[in-house]
Amino acid sequence: MRLTLRIWRQRGPEEPGALSVYEIEDISPEMSFLEMLDTLNERLILRGEEPVAFDHDCREGICGACGMVINGQAHGPERTTTCQLHMRHFRDGDTIDVEPWRAAAFPVVKDLVVDRSAFDRIIGSGGFVSAPTGSAPEAHATPVPKPVADTAFEHAECIGCGACVAACPNGSAMLFTSAKVTHLNVLPQGQPERESRVLDMVGTMDAEGFGGCTNTGECAVACPKGIPLQSISTMNREFLRASLKNGGRGAR
Amino acid sequence: MALATRTDTGHERRPGQKRKPPRKPSFIGSVWRSTIGKKAVMAVTGLIMLAYLVAHMFANLKIFFGPGDLNGYAHWLRTLGEPFLPHEGFLWLARVGLLASVVLHGVAAYQLSRRDLAARPRGYAHQRRRASYATRTMRWGGVILGLFIVWHILDLTTLTVNERAEPGHPYENVVATFSTWYGNTIYIVAMLALGLHIRHGFWSAAQTLGAGRPRRDRALKLAANGLAAILTCGFIAVPIGVMSGVVS
Repeated sequence: MRLTLRIWRQRGPEEPGALSVYEIEDISPEMSFLEMLDTLNERLILRGEEPVAFDHDCREGICGACGMVINGQAHGPERTTTCQLHMRHFRDGDTIDVEPWRAAAFPVVKDLVVDRSAFDRIIGSGGFVSAPTGSAPEAHATPVPKPVADTAFEHAECIGCGACVAACPNGSAMLFTSAKVTHLNVLPQGQPERESRVLDMVGTMDAEGFGGCTNTGECAVACPKGIPLQSISTMNREFLRASLKNGGRGAR
Repeated sequence: MALATRTDTGHERRPGQKRKPPRKPSFIGSVWRSTIGKKAVMAVTGLIMLAYLVAHMFANLKIFFGPGDLNGYAHWLRTLGEPFLPHEGFLWLARVGLLASVVLHGVAAYQLSRRDLAARPRGYAHQRRRASYATRTMRWGGVILGLFIVWHILDLTTLTVNERAEPGHPYENVVATFSTWYGNTIYIVAMLALGLHIRHGFWSAAQTLGAGRPRRDRALKLAANGLAAILTCGFIAVPIGVMSGVVS
């Protein structure tokens, strides 16, 4: 395949960036999008140019490290992560625009790499259950009904890639936060912190500068793990319930 | 947390420094400060205004039964609740409630919109069409509706901009408004904007108040579309009735 790539290049956080055009040939349709970028980088290095910086790790769609906006869509045209997107979904001669996640809370570090520490701080403020350390507890000690286990698992699938924030016109992290709130708040192990979790996580989310939800539904379309849009409604319900119960006071 | 594993808590005091008692956040304050809380305020005030619009639309249809029905209804509204309420007491209670709703709805929308725009300071070079028309026009549609409400009150409540208007004769005043081309145009455009606003707004309010469930989504969207269609058609029926001569 022969492609024209327009890639966002930015030397550092404070530097101005711009789209640079690269022509690339001999791309196999069986390559993943990241392998195509690897090929580009190898050729750039041979030419003595700076390779394109991008985040990646597992390359099997489960870690959430990779992510870029391809032709205006987070992770590109398929519902998967960028590493699992293959070049057969593009046509020979295509022009492909590659940009980093755009959100005030995700500043660009370099090229296609953004700083997603804001997600870590949201998780740190309530995305956990308190359990005594020691030997692993007996698995049947706490019964979990099957539908609850299914709901929890569906939301535990979130890999924190940030595609929801990138796709949202408001740069909102509601889908990400609601996935963790729903995952832990439906489980019996999450009950002791049910109120403080949602209050603290929403508080951190707002403090990090993410926008609000206008129910456009872009996030759920972009999510490679299929976190449903209704999870945001679940988080809203949990937040209002916790505010009424606790008077808006979290654990922090 | 065990002391041995404890790291900096960030709350070390210098000797002699007095500890401030932590202020307990109030329920209203913490709700208003959060994005979800502000959205909840918008949802509740939106639903109040929507309930009012349903009553307003059905009352408007009395115009098709003649001047006696509509003018009689307008008179009844002013005497409703007497002698417990003073003359026009019910009307003023409703007006105060609606004014509070529209102000809270607008202020919350303004503050949230500013926040949303700041959260995405730079857009994408490769743009594509996003979301439905109703969803994308919520902000400017809301501004149009706000301006319409001002004109509508000046036209048919205070009668300031309505030439040929007589106080106490709503039927004749409505006919006077819809006998002008601009009266019809402003009204019909605003009612189309209202339909779009309700189409996304009703479903969005349900989501915000936590009523959204995967299995209920279709029913909620159907209710939003139905409400939008009924209200738009019901309101537009009046200018069409005047223009076609059914009401004169």
